[in-house]
Amino acid sequence: MLTLSHFLFLGTILFCISMAGIFLNRKNVLILLMCIELMLLAVNMNFIAFSHYMGDVTGQVFVFFILTVAAAEAAIGLAILVVLFRNRETINVAELDSMHG
Amino acid sequence: MFEQFVFYFFAIVMVLSAGMVITLRNPVHSALFLVLAFFTSSALWLLLEAEFLAITLVLVYVGAVMVLFLFVVMMLDINLAPLKEGFARYAPLGILVALVIVIELGLVVLGDRLGPQAFPAPDPAPADFSNTQALGVVLYTVYVYPFEIAAVILLVAIIAAIALTLRRRADTRYQRPEAQVAVRRQDRVRLVDIPGERGTP
Repeated sequence: MLTLSHFLFLGTILFCISMAGIFLNRKNVLILLMCIELMLLAVNMNFIAFSHYMGDVTGQVFVFFILTVAAAEAAIGLAILVVLFRNRETINVAELDSMHG
Repeated sequence: MFEQFVFYFFAIVMVLSAGMVITLRNPVHSALFLVLAFFTSSALWLLLEAEFLAITLVLVYVGAVMVLFLFVVMMLDINLAPLKEGFARYAPLGILVALVIVIELGLVVLGDRLGPQAFPAPDPAPADFSNTQALGVVLYTVYVYPFEIAAVILLVAIIAAIALTLRRRADTRYQRPEAQVAVRRQDRVRLVDIPGERGTP
């Protein structure tokens, strides 16, 4: 018997794995972007699980919008990454300190 | 019973592939395992009767976004060695924080408040029920303005991505049609008066 908790806990584990990934790969912008995609997937899992168990299709509409925004974010993020690599020849976060922030 | 088997199988595959995404050394391998994670998640969404979104996830993410990722990973000539510095140093902290959050959220999520009494499993939808139709009816009536805003966001993303990566090289020669059209006769034609030769034997 599958319950709502099964899916929510799976989403939790997925979210925490991707958060650990941000800690682990803090030098590599590419893996950081992938971890963000994974986080959004975990959130979408929660939305769809609630949508199914509450019998309300609105959660799926919200997932639709999250997918749209995530696709736009990935496209712009990768474009920025390409420009960054072209100008600095590195994607190491530690070396991107020209603004001295 | 079969549903449970399917859920646990896909859940284990998903968690393992997510772990591979964050630990593998090569970004190409990470991207491929991310594709596996998306596929598995799409199967789990099918289990939750969200058929349209499951197919959309495969089409949009695996078909477009991950291909874009792979394209960028393979296009950039990345020196991987310095990017892995500090991996072992931050690993204990990252795993500790992740474990603490898993335990905290697990206490919330696995409690009785969200248990099977509060949210009993709904009856499976009849065979002629169309998830796409149900989604479309809501999307194009109640949420029509957010839908159009989403379309505008995608348009902005297209234009921004092109504008960011478009590059004009200084040493490349381009044709300038507007200059070619606007040219006048006196810019190009010069009448020269050449005296004729005469008197040679």
